[in-house]
Amino acid sequence: MSPHAHVRAWLDERFGWDELMSFIRHKTVPLHRYSYWYYLGGITLFLFCLQVVTGILLLLYYRPTPSDAFGSVQYIMTQARFGWLIRSIHSWGANLMIFTAFAHMFSVAFLKAYRKPRELTWLSGMVLLFLVLCFGFSGYLLPWNTLAFFATTVGTNLVAQVPFIGHWLLIFLRGGSNVTGATLGRFFAFHVAVLPGLATMFLLGHLLLIQRFGISVPPGVEKEWQAKPPEEREIRFFPNFLLRELMAWYLALGVLGTLAAIKPWGLGTKANPFGSAPAGIRPEWYFMFMFETLKLIPARVGFMTGEALGVMVFGVAALVWTLLPFFDRNPRGRASRLIAGAVVFALAYIISMTAYGYYVSLK
Amino acid sequence: MKSSDQDLSQKTGRRRFLEIFLGAGITASLISFLYPVIRYLIPPRRSDLGSNTVLAAKVGELKPNSGQIFRFGEHPALLIYTASGDYLAFTAVCTHLGCTVQYQPDQHEIWCPCHNGKYDLHGRNISGPPPRPLTEYTVHVQGEDVYVSRTAAS
Repeated sequence: MSPHAHVRAWLDERFGWDELMSFIRHKTVPLHRYSYWYYLGGITLFLFCLQVVTGILLLLYYRPTPSDAFGSVQYIMTQARFGWLIRSIHSWGANLMIFTAFAHMFSVAFLKAYRKPRELTWLSGMVLLFLVLCFGFSGYLLPWNTLAFFATTVGTNLVAQVPFIGHWLLIFLRGGSNVTGATLGRFFAFHVAVLPGLATMFLLGHLLLIQRFGISVPPGVEKEWQAKPPEEREIRFFPNFLLRELMAWYLALGVLGTLAAIKPWGLGTKANPFGSAPAGIRPEWYFMFMFETLKLIPARVGFMTGEALGVMVFGVAALVWTLLPFFDRNPRGRASRLIAGAVVFALAYIISMTAYGYYVSLK
Repeated sequence: MKSSDQDLSQKTGRRRFLEIFLGAGITASLISFLYPVIRYLIPPRRSDLGSNTVLAAKVGELKPNSGQIFRFGEHPALLIYTASGDYLAFTAVCTHLGCTVQYQPDQHEIWCPCHNGKYDLHGRNISGPPPRPLTEYTVHVQGEDVYVSRTAAS
């Protein structure tokens, strides 16, 4: 017996290794003309793992206090060997991950992969998207630069517009009434401990559900897919799909490395809580569409401020979006077509408001 | 037959009692764990330790028609030395979303760069999204020192 077979036999005898591995051999991925959308979730997962690795590396030098934070990031960017590369990959990777997470969500929405029995997979995915946005918001402040300081001041002030618990949330997030070192400490704790723990839990749940239900075939191509000869309908997950997925990961890594090398992430100037806000304060691009919408709402609408109204509208929209699978029960029903339209509208709205923010508002 | 019925009802009564007892115990201990954690998460309210008056600048530090941010307790505040030679002071926290405002010498206005909010030299919100005027402070010059204090009204 070869040493490899020997180890396998040893493992198999103790906890049924071969049985455990058989599900991987039997797992298949449907093959049709929209199959390439299946890679987006995996790419997001890969980028998340990359964030964990680069995040741990940054943790070795970063110090989360108002006096040291900016200097420690500066040290990483200028003194630590390849620190610029690690941090740039972390920053670019975060942005790319949020992009692929959104793309993954919209592909699932367009292909209606959230339908019964996969409602919980969609819900866990929405929680993960929310966590990813929290990662972005909390990580943005950590270098303690001017832009991030004021973006956080504005962002947390918007959270205060939530009815009833808004003020409480503001104090909870800021660790006081202003953005101070207490805020930095909290955001750091959220960013490196609370959110990674939650994200890992929900990620495992998300993957488990995908494993349980298998991969959805979009209703639009189901007939065409059924008409194929059985051996052309699916490919095996291992190794066929995984190897293709690995190629996508390699490509993502290439894009990331290139971006980090030719456009290292900037640092700006150190935040001064008792200095004036600079012109051109803006949030990260993925909050841009909300930021622009809030700017277009008049200062007062009826009895409430424009901000409070905007925050409420976005809150309700996010809730409805999260519950999408529960409205879409009959694939040939009117509701289903209506939802398809709403998905197109949501995507068009986000793209056009983001573009408006960058090309009209900031000019 | 009757006695066994009684037995049973006694048993379920006892079981019910134990369930309530256990449930209440677990709930009470959970609350006693959670309460300190929740209190810990909310920072204690700090009274603004700084006195009601602060030395904002020295005479001659500001050129006519200019402004400067100074620290007033926990918040930034804005001191303006107008072209006509008066000192004015306001909170520098924009009433819209809390950015720090600045003096615009060419427009003789107070400007918030975050969302283009504007205030006049009385602190009144005249343009953009700010919903309320800026709180004005009183300024008095004592020798070489410019002191700012909270107006009695606020």
